[in-house]
Amino acid sequence: MLKDITLGQYFPGDTPAHRLDPRTKILLVLLYIIALFCAKSLVSYGLLALTLALCVRISKVGLKSLVRGLKPVLFIIVFTGVLNLFFTPGDVYLLAWGPFRISDTGLRNAVYMVLRIMLLIMGTFLMTYTTSPISLTDGLERLLNGLKRFRFPVHELTMIMSIALRFIPTLIEETDKIMSAQKARGADFESGNLIEKAKAMIPILVPLFISAFRRADELATAMECRCYHGGEGRTKLHILQYQRRDYIALALGTLILGSVIFLHFRGL
Amino acid sequence: MSEMIQTDSLRFSYPVDEGEKPVYALRGVDLTIEKGSFTVILGHNGSGKSTLAKTFNAVLLPAGGKVYVEGMDTLDQELLLEIRQRVGMVFQNPDNQIVANVVEEDVAFAPENLGVPTEEIRRRVDAALKAVGMEDFVTHAPHLLSGGQKQRIAIAGVIAMEPACIVLDESTAMLDPIGRREVLTTVHRLNREKGITVIMITHHMNEAEAADRVIVMSDGRVELDGTPAEVFKNVTRLRTMGLTVPDTVDLLDRLKRDGWDVPLDALSVEDCADAVCACLGKK
Repeated sequence: MLKDITLGQYFPGDTPAHRLDPRTKILLVLLYIIALFCAKSLVSYGLLALTLALCVRISKVGLKSLVRGLKPVLFIIVFTGVLNLFFTPGDVYLLAWGPFRISDTGLRNAVYMVLRIMLLIMGTFLMTYTTSPISLTDGLERLLNGLKRFRFPVHELTMIMSIALRFIPTLIEETDKIMSAQKARGADFESGNLIEKAKAMIPILVPLFISAFRRADELATAMECRCYHGGEGRTKLHILQYQRRDYIALALGTLILGSVIFLHFRGL
Repeated sequence: MSEMIQTDSLRFSYPVDEGEKPVYALRGVDLTIEKGSFTVILGHNGSGKSTLAKTFNAVLLPAGGKVYVEGMDTLDQELLLEIRQRVGMVFQNPDNQIVANVVEEDVAFAPENLGVPTEEIRRRVDAALKAVGMEDFVTHAPHLLSGGQKQRIAIAGVIAMEPACIVLDESTAMLDPIGRREVLTTVHRLNREKGITVIMITHHMNEAEAADRVIVMSDGRVELDGTPAEVFKNVTRLRTMGLTVPDTVDLLDRLKRDGWDVPLDALSVEDCADAVCACLGKK
C-alpha cells in the first residue's frame, strides 16, 4: 500500500531530457512556471501545453505516469475549477440556477485555472522523473551557491534533502514491517471511522519515530567516521558542467517565456 | 612490524546522572595492535568490546589513559580528521551508514569530505568497489541490494579513504550466513592483499578461527589474548564468561573429558578430523 508513492520518483533513462544539467532543468521549470502565470489566452496555454507535450515526448516518460502524478492533487484541481466556474461574476450568464451562476468569465477562468495547475504539476513532475534525486539536490546546491555569501546554509540544506530522499525507501520498508508486526498482534487498520483509523496509526508512528531517531544518531556517527565535517573543503565525484545542449535548452525556454509575455501584453 | 593502535591503561565511562557513580565500560585496557594483523575481539554483551572499538578512531575519547593511532594521540582535536582517515569504521546496520542514493556516490562520500580532487575520487571509487567485488553495481540504488552487498558497499566507502586499518563493529551481526561469508572473505582478502590492518568485533566464535590474534574482553578488561588456538584452549574459562567455543573445540573438549587423548587447539574442521583420526588410530 505504501509502495505507490510517486514523490521524487525517478525513471532512469538516457534521453536528451535525462542528460540535461539538473540546473538547466530547475531553471527551465522556473521559466515554465513564470510563463504559466503570465498566460491569459488559449493561444498561450496552447503554446505551453505543446511545449510540455514535446518535452514529454523527448523524455520518453509515459504519459500515464505523468497523469498518475495528478491524482493526489485531483481534489484541489476540482475544487478550484468548481469555485471559479460558479462564483465568478461576469457580464453574460450562460446558466443560472439559484445562487449558482456560470458566467462567461467564470467558464474561462475555470478552464485556465485547471489547465494552469495541471500543466504546472506535470511540468515539475517531468523534472523529477528525468532527474535523479542526487543530481537534483546537487543542482540545487550549485544554483543556490551564491547565497552562501549571506551565510545561508546551502550545503547543510541540500545535505538534509538528499539524506531525507535516501531514507524514504528505508522508512517505508520499516513502516510496512511495523504494520505487519502490529497486525500480527491483532491491530486493525482498515475498519472504523476516520478518527479510529487515525488512532490506530499512533502505535505505528511511535516506534517509527523512535527508530528514525536512532537511525539518525547512527548515521551521524558513521558520517563523522568518514571524515564528514560540513561543506567546507568538500570536493565532488561529479562536477556539473553546462554543455551546449544546456545553452540551447535555456535559449528555447527563454524564447517561449518571451513569446508568452509578448502575447500577454498584446492582450492575448 | 610497527604499531597501528596502542592503548595505554585506557578507561572509559558513559555519562551518568549527577550524583551517581560512573560505571566504567573500560577499566584499564593495555593493547598493542600490530600493523597488517588480523585481530578479532570477542566478548559477550556489555563486555566493553564495542566501546573499545569506538575509542580507536576517536568516536569516543578516553576518560583515562590514552589511545594512540600510529603514534597520534586521539585526544588531540587537531589530528581528528587524520586519525579518522587512518582508521575506518564499519558498523552493524548497513542501512544506517549508507549516505547516498547511488552506490558510487556513497563510496565517494569520504574522499569528497577529505577534499580529494575529482579524478582521484573516481579512481578511488572504482578501486574500492573492485576491492570488495562490487564493481558491477556502480550505479545501483543501495536499498535494493542484499544485506551482505550493502555491508560490502559500506566497507568500500571506508576503503575509499585509503585507511591503514579498518574496524568492523559487529558488522556481520545482522547478516544471513551467506552475507556473513561475503563480508568475511572480503575482509580477509583486504587484509592479505592490501595489507590493511583489520580489527573485527564479533560474538560469532567461528569468525575468529582464521584470525592472527584473538582478544577476549570481559567486564571492561582483556581476559584472554593470543592466537585462536591458544585462546580457545580455555574452554571452561570462556564458558564462565558467557561465551561459546567453536564447534570443533567443543567436540574435542567433550572427547577429552571422556578420557580421549586429543589436543584442544585443532580449530579448523580438517585439523579436528585429523586429530580425532589420529586418536582413533592410537587406540
